[in-house]
Amino acid sequence: MSDSHAMETPLAVEHEARPELRHHFADEQQQRNAASLGMWWFLGTEIMFFGGMFCGYLVYRRMYFTEFAAASRTLNLPIGAFNTVVLLCSSLTVAMAVRFAQLGNRKMQVRMLLLTLVFGLAFLGIKGKEWGDKYKEHHIPTFNHYNVISGEGALTNVKGNAELLGLDKITDPVKRQQREAEIQQRTKIFYSLYFALTGMHAIHMIIGVGIFIVITWMAHKGRFTPEYHTPLEIAGLYWHFVDIVWIYLFPLLYLIDRRGA
Amino acid sequence: MATVAVPVEQKNYLNAEYGIRSWLFTTDHKRIALLYLVSITAMFFVGGFFALLIRLELLTPAGDLLLADTYNKMFSMHGQVMVFFFLIPSIPAVLGNFLIPMMIGAKDLAFPRINLLSWYIYIVAAGLYLWCIFSGGVDTGWTFYTPYSSLFSNTHVIEAGLAIFIAGFSSILTGLNFVVTVHRMRAPGMTWGRLPLFVWSHYATSIIMLLGTPVIAITLVLVVLERTLNLGIFDPSRGGDPVLFQHLFWFYSHPAVYIMILPSMAVVSEIIPCFSRKRVFGYTFVAMSSIGIAVIGFLVWAHHMFVAGISLYSALVFSFLTFLVAVPSAIKVFNWTATMYKGSLSFSTPMLYAIGFIGLFTIGGLTGVFLATLGVDVHVHDTYFVIAHFHYVMVGGAVLGFLGGMHFWWPKITGRLYPEGWGRLAAVIVFIGFNLTFFPQFILGYLGMPRRYWDYSHMPEWQGLNVLSTAGASILAVGYLLPMVYMLWSLRYGKIAGDNPWQATGLEWKTPSPPPTFNFDETPIVTEEAYEYDKMPLPEEVSLER
Amino acid sequence: MANHSEHVASARLYWLIWLALIICTVLTAYVATVDLGKFNTVVALGIATFKATLVALIFMNVKHTSEKMTKAILISAVAWLLLLLFLSLADYSSRLAG
Ligand SMILES: [Cu+2]
Repeated sequence: MSDSHAMETPLAVEHEARPELRHHFADEQQQRNAASLGMWWFLGTEIMFFGGMFCGYLVYRRMYFTEFAAASRTLNLPIGAFNTVVLLCSSLTVAMAVRFAQLGNRKMQVRMLLLTLVFGLAFLGIKGKEWGDKYKEHHIPTFNHYNVISGEGALTNVKGNAELLGLDKITDPVKRQQREAEIQQRTKIFYSLYFALTGMHAIHMIIGVGIFIVITWMAHKGRFTPEYHTPLEIAGLYWHFVDIVWIYLFPLLYLIDRRGA
Repeated sequence: MATVAVPVEQKNYLNAEYGIRSWLFTTDHKRIALLYLVSITAMFFVGGFFALLIRLELLTPAGDLLLADTYNKMFSMHGQVMVFFFLIPSIPAVLGNFLIPMMIGAKDLAFPRINLLSWYIYIVAAGLYLWCIFSGGVDTGWTFYTPYSSLFSNTHVIEAGLAIFIAGFSSILTGLNFVVTVHRMRAPGMTWGRLPLFVWSHYATSIIMLLGTPVIAITLVLVVLERTLNLGIFDPSRGGDPVLFQHLFWFYSHPAVYIMILPSMAVVSEIIPCFSRKRVFGYTFVAMSSIGIAVIGFLVWAHHMFVAGISLYSALVFSFLTFLVAVPSAIKVFNWTATMYKGSLSFSTPMLYAIGFIGLFTIGGLTGVFLATLGVDVHVHDTYFVIAHFHYVMVGGAVLGFLGGMHFWWPKITGRLYPEGWGRLAAVIVFIGFNLTFFPQFILGYLGMPRRYWDYSHMPEWQGLNVLSTAGASILAVGYLLPMVYMLWSLRYGKIAGDNPWQATGLEWKTPSPPPTFNFDETPIVTEEAYEYDKMPLPEEVSLER
Repeated sequence: MANHSEHVASARLYWLIWLALIICTVLTAYVATVDLGKFNTVVALGIATFKATLVALIFMNVKHTSEKMTKAILISAVAWLLLLLFLSLADYSSRLAG
């Protein structure tokens, strides 16, 4: 645990010369450390925030594994993987933007931040398209006649799902109907969690884009120097964190069981 | 012209600026603490009003005062208001906010604007909750158990859930501010080993706030989504699992008990050495036991679910872990007692509350151990025994600590002394009223009276104890109102306190009362450990009255 | 400030990490289609954890930070998460046995 600041310079004159220094800090070092420590604790909180949903997801995935796997196969794997790549690219540009701020290169800093925004918005656009497809397939709980048994979004349209769900072996129509009702219910829990998780992630992305619009503007105005770029740095931490959440969401939601696909 | 010494009023945080704007846009942690004090006091009276109706209804065995549905709303809203809008913010947001920067020798918290933001978030949450109350209220019990809350209740669950969700962020931001402040803002020489125990306890509290609160936040979001979108995540008839809700809810809500009690322990750890004129016994143990409580407190949550259908193995493990959490609490009680042993005690008002706290918290804690025992829990589950247990912890513990702390630091906050005689009288009234209210409930619970019943006409022999309890509650109410009156009175007529009326140690007593806006004229340099009472003179006031 | 000892990583390192992340993404999508028995989930989560670690250590600068608390916070938050997951799931897994 690092120790308190040894230096004492609470002089009004010095403060005026350093506009970004708030009055109650002794020096910039202390202020910067406080800001990044605060962001790290906030990210710790965020881990637990998503953690509650992850817990729910794991419990039901264990309980209804086959239905979860069958529903997971209806998610668009190539698009999901591509979106992961988009997000990883945005993380690279954020890291680069911070690096260019450290080096004092304003022009490249702004370019990297603009690229970040492009990648971020692209991710959201692609995610929106995926949700749109789910809407058409009647896979959104409570919207547009949720249905995974028949029609466009029938789970059995996906290769291997009928076997996985055991529907191919049931001949008795009554038993088949019972099983179908069960599948309808259990996959609904999967899709509820899918939308809750990706939705909460998307909300974080939207907030991230909002923050980065401000950061880009500040960078454009030349507010960040090699000595002071704390806002950029802690906004970057947030962005990377949201990226990490997706790094876990991708296998948990898209790759439950893709064997033989 | 001869120079005449004109008494110049010293500038302090209260008279530095005037007007409503200077309060609503302040970033001074001391002013924000007072904003919180006013708001949580208001919410305390809202919750108290519900308690009053509950006790009046139970005066007679028949359900004659309120309708059954109204009664359900009364106990639900009593619990939610008291837990989420009074107890959780009470000591941290008021006394912690006011004192932590001063105790570590800082000018303010690390993020003053976020501190103000957290108050506004609290106000939005409280406003939404009040709106929920006035538009008809909520009847789910304070616990929001599913599937009742998500499916069957036709009251305002969504508003209540969202209000508590929002209040959670206020709590998270407060915790964030405290942790960063303690790490980053300590004055030169204020090492971790010299931190007052008040700060240690609040540090532990903040960790719980940061790592626990988000879980209940997301859980309430899921309940709200389930209710609005009809999802079925927690609905057993649609493949959902209501026990999952209980896991997630108690993952926060058991540690939340420590959010309420640790700050109280923080207060008591300051009061006891001061009025025993001794160094606190076993400083390191008391400090570490706070952290221990914060950590072990997270390992015990399923003791609320022994009869909810969790696995037997799970129940055994959680039962055992719950016994463990009694250890750090007991360490504290032993250390406080050892601090008082052979000390030169004076029984001023804060000390009366602190001693009351030790006694009542011990009863509350030990009955908690009864409840952690599987066999006993099955017998008294959902009875008044449980109610009595957690009121001993939350009222006998948390509220007594809050009152004790308010008295102890009142001279610092306002610069004036409250009338000592009235203070002691109120403390005694609170103690008597409290025990009269809640001790009979232990017996009622053991006799089998279930919680949340509004009509017990099938067991009229329970009436005697219920009458005692209601009588006690009215005495307790007097005990709460008295300090309100004499403290407001003292704002104008109280004796001027001086910098350090108790001759207490700690940096907050080395600055004027009320303190200047940035707390210290010069950043203090710390050279000694906390609680060096052997070096302090005896306070005049208290030694006279002994 | 002169004493601002911030670590400036080389651009090359960032590109390498990025490349590793992309390769891992393609790899995890591919491996999921191969039948590994029980190990599909383990591999998927292992790769995800590897990716997350790279992002945290390099992009978020956990590796070179002078701030010891960063690691402590990260470790405790992850530990808390595992605590929640482990103790809840332990209940579900032991129910049938009980
Ligand atoms: Cu508990």
